[in-house]
Amino acid sequence: MIFQPAIIALLLASLTGALLVAGQLPFSVSVLRHWNTASGSERQLEMEKRTYLVSTLLAVVLAAELASLVLFVFNADRMSTLFVGAMCAVGTLNVNEFGFPSLYLKMAAFFAASGWLALNHLDSRGHDYPLVRVKYGALLVLCPLLLAAAGVQLAYFLGLRADVIASCCSTLFSGNTQVTSDRLATLDPAVALGVMGGAMAVVFALGRRVQATGRGGVAFAAAALLAFVAALEAVVAALSVYVYEMPHHHCPFCILKGEYGHVGYALYLPLFIAAALGLAAGICQPACRIASLTEAAPRILRRCVTASMASYALFGLVAAWLVWRSHLILMEESPINAILLNLSGGQP
Amino acid sequence: MIRLTDVRKAFNQGRENEFWALKGIDLSVEAGKVTVFRGPSGSGKTTLLTLVGCLARPTSGRVRLKDRDISGLPERFLTDIRRSTFGFVFQQFNLLKGITAIENVMIPAYPLGIDRTELSRRAHALLERLDIAPKARSNAEWLSGGEAQRVAIARALINDPEVVIADEPTANLDSERSKQFLDIVETLKESGKTVLMTSHDPLVCETAVVDRVVSLRDGQLVERGG
Amino acid sequence: MNSWIGKQRNLLDFTLSSLSRRRGKTLGMLAVYTSIVFVLASVMLFSHAIRREAAIVLVKSPEVLVQRMVAGRHDLIPARYLDAIRGIRGVQSVEGRLWGYLFDPSAAANYTLMVPASPRIEPGKVIIGDAVARARSAEPGDLMSFRAHDGTLVQFKVDGAIGRESALVSADLFLVSETDFRRLFGIPEGLFTDLAVSVRNPREVGKIAEKIDAALPDTRIVLRDEILRTYESVFDWREGMLLVLLAGAILAFAIFSWEKASGLSAEEKREIGILKAVGWETGDVIRLKMLEGLVVSLSAFLLGYLLAYAHVFHLGAGLFEPALKGWAVMYPKYRLTPFVDELQVATLFFFTVFPYTVATVVPIWRAAIIDPDQVMR
Repeated sequence: MIFQPAIIALLLASLTGALLVAGQLPFSVSVLRHWNTASGSERQLEMEKRTYLVSTLLAVVLAAELASLVLFVFNADRMSTLFVGAMCAVGTLNVNEFGFPSLYLKMAAFFAASGWLALNHLDSRGHDYPLVRVKYGALLVLCPLLLAAAGVQLAYFLGLRADVIASCCSTLFSGNTQVTSDRLATLDPAVALGVMGGAMAVVFALGRRVQATGRGGVAFAAAALLAFVAALEAVVAALSVYVYEMPHHHCPFCILKGEYGHVGYALYLPLFIAAALGLAAGICQPACRIASLTEAAPRILRRCVTASMASYALFGLVAAWLVWRSHLILMEESPINAILLNLSGGQP
Repeated sequence: MIRLTDVRKAFNQGRENEFWALKGIDLSVEAGKVTVFRGPSGSGKTTLLTLVGCLARPTSGRVRLKDRDISGLPERFLTDIRRSTFGFVFQQFNLLKGITAIENVMIPAYPLGIDRTELSRRAHALLERLDIAPKARSNAEWLSGGEAQRVAIARALINDPEVVIADEPTANLDSERSKQFLDIVETLKESGKTVLMTSHDPLVCETAVVDRVVSLRDGQLVERGG
Repeated sequence: MNSWIGKQRNLLDFTLSSLSRRRGKTLGMLAVYTSIVFVLASVMLFSHAIRREAAIVLVKSPEVLVQRMVAGRHDLIPARYLDAIRGIRGVQSVEGRLWGYLFDPSAAANYTLMVPASPRIEPGKVIIGDAVARARSAEPGDLMSFRAHDGTLVQFKVDGAIGRESALVSADLFLVSETDFRRLFGIPEGLFTDLAVSVRNPREVGKIAEKIDAALPDTRIVLRDEILRTYESVFDWREGMLLVLLAGAILAFAIFSWEKASGLSAEEKREIGILKAVGWETGDVIRLKMLEGLVVSLSAFLLGYLLAYAHVFHLGAGLFEPALKGWAVMYPKYRLTPFVDELQVATLFFFTVFPYTVATVVPIWRAAIIDPDQVMR
């Protein structure tokens, strides 16, 4: 393992978060078994009080997950100097087989925690806490996910060994193959941008429908998650290339660096928020049928959809701006037109 | 406007020192009237007041507020109802020390997100009405008993509630100040508020402004019309 | 939306007012919190600055070093190796270097002796590093003498001292001429300590190193990148080690915050009870208390970080030198170049704000669930 402050901080954060949630499991089980809103018994009152603790903890865990996601990538990039052949975060994450799974699990943990908080928000709007069992059932699923994310991350860091000078001989031949980001890009840039534009168009079309009719939240959520994946693919295949202005540099992480003005944050932040809100919309839709939420759930649903669309639009604008200001020309037909065409197709 | 059906309340439930403060209360409180709960200490009158005022939930039985059953509502929603429907004046006045009288008056409105200037205007008007405006900038701990009570009343009225609840309002006041308090109650009644009080002070129970006296003993009603 | 903003504003106002109302407690908390941030930030700023300093120095060092190994030990390298390397395509230049260590009994310290390529030093003269000058209180014009390998005395006249700018590596330097160096240690002509190779195309460093290795099998080849990497990891390790040592402090801090947050005074409990009775919801109280924590956290973080910055970059980081610079007798004395790194700030935030927040969640919740009818009992 490499002994480094950022690594220690990441391990500390993820383990603490996972254990905090794990500590709520016995309570979750007792909610599933004994919850009865109609009762005024002291046990019920105690349980209701405890729910405040759980939601506060989850909010803290979500904030920590988001922050540690950023720190994780940031640190991976910084550590690349420690490994032969690692040029940036991609190389560092490829040092052992746990790197990328760890990143993906962290993202999953972030979305799961935000989904849970959406559920919690909805539940607390219904005077009989209609979703309380669903919520604590979900906690039983969320907890192993957090534990897995923490565990895989631990395995990843434990498996890291810096390529340092050994006293016996030079490390020259220990590995001189460069791990670059080239092979991350599997798609042609034009195709990737097209797919992303298409996905966004679907998101906007479905979003308009939800706004108009109050239906189709689940479809919107699915589209939002697809658009999220498509957008990430587009970042790797095309957008990052425009930022670097080098046709074969496809790294999704380097755009976060200072050399490129940290533009990555302007791309990823709206993207992650948009996807999380889209997910929340998917959670709201079924809740609209619940009697005590007939008023609140559709309102929250619309709000989530609107905010998600706004975030996607922001992402699209940033992406378009990156392409527009780039000196690189990848395709004959200007891709910015493709994007704008697709965006305007969904948004009258 | 408030209707209680077979309401019971237990403390330390399931433990050795289990104690039932209320043992089946049926009661209805009319809007626009002044009602007094009377009884010796330990009779359950304060507990009854907390249930009526949505400060607590009954262990069993039903509480209906304007035909809405609120007995099963979690604290989050009870609070919502409480702050828009009830204003409280406590026996010890319970003002926050270290902040001014006017800030004390505004505190119940903070979670509602009312604009600051609007809020402070409203608080000033209330202090004006209760003849305590000159003390608005004094810290709470510098106020005399009567002044503190009037600030507490202003605080109870800041969210313009329909019902004002006062727990032993005259216990810490001399006769002169008690009379002043009852005058205030009268103006509240005139402005259409419902007033609920607990008291064992004869001065309170026997004034003309009181419409009804409800007597309690050992967690049960001993009703006498007023 | 407007009322949401109004609510947050009102809460923040009330938070600030309650913090200032309990001035003693707030300041006490702030002092402890700030000193924790200060210590951690000092460690981080210091080790980062020093690492950067090392990296800057290394950029000027040769891309490839060739050393001869005999029986697993570093040995002198013959001059004919120079020609062998010169013959390799892509090599720009090769130079033989002479360097070593010299123990000075009167200062009880080791100097690093080097023969610089430029400026050439005349025989009998020496240029000394800052720490050497201090240890011997030597000034230009002074004479210093040492016993050579065969017992004869070799005398040097101090020609000048190196400034403090790059003192991290130059503090214990002792620059002499080639003749003096060979006389002092008895190294015959035609032998060098090691060879410095510079390469025309940096991308070919690996290839060239391979060729040297093939041509001269008894050599060890050290690449500059490898040195950089080793430095990085050594400094990382030291910094990490120090943080683990400080983990006790962080833990103590977390316990302290827990204590402070849960040991609410009767007055504070009464306050929360009143707030709840007059219409605040449990969630509002939790938000209020979290906001209090956030205000304290951010102020302490900012204050501690600024103090640490001043400590490291303006006061020479007096507290941590021994732990981080190494264990040599001669400490470099110099000013570090101010340098703030985002990753470092983020990490520090994790090490302080996160434990504090986690430690206070449960006590805050406990305080917030006081029954609203408590004040009437």
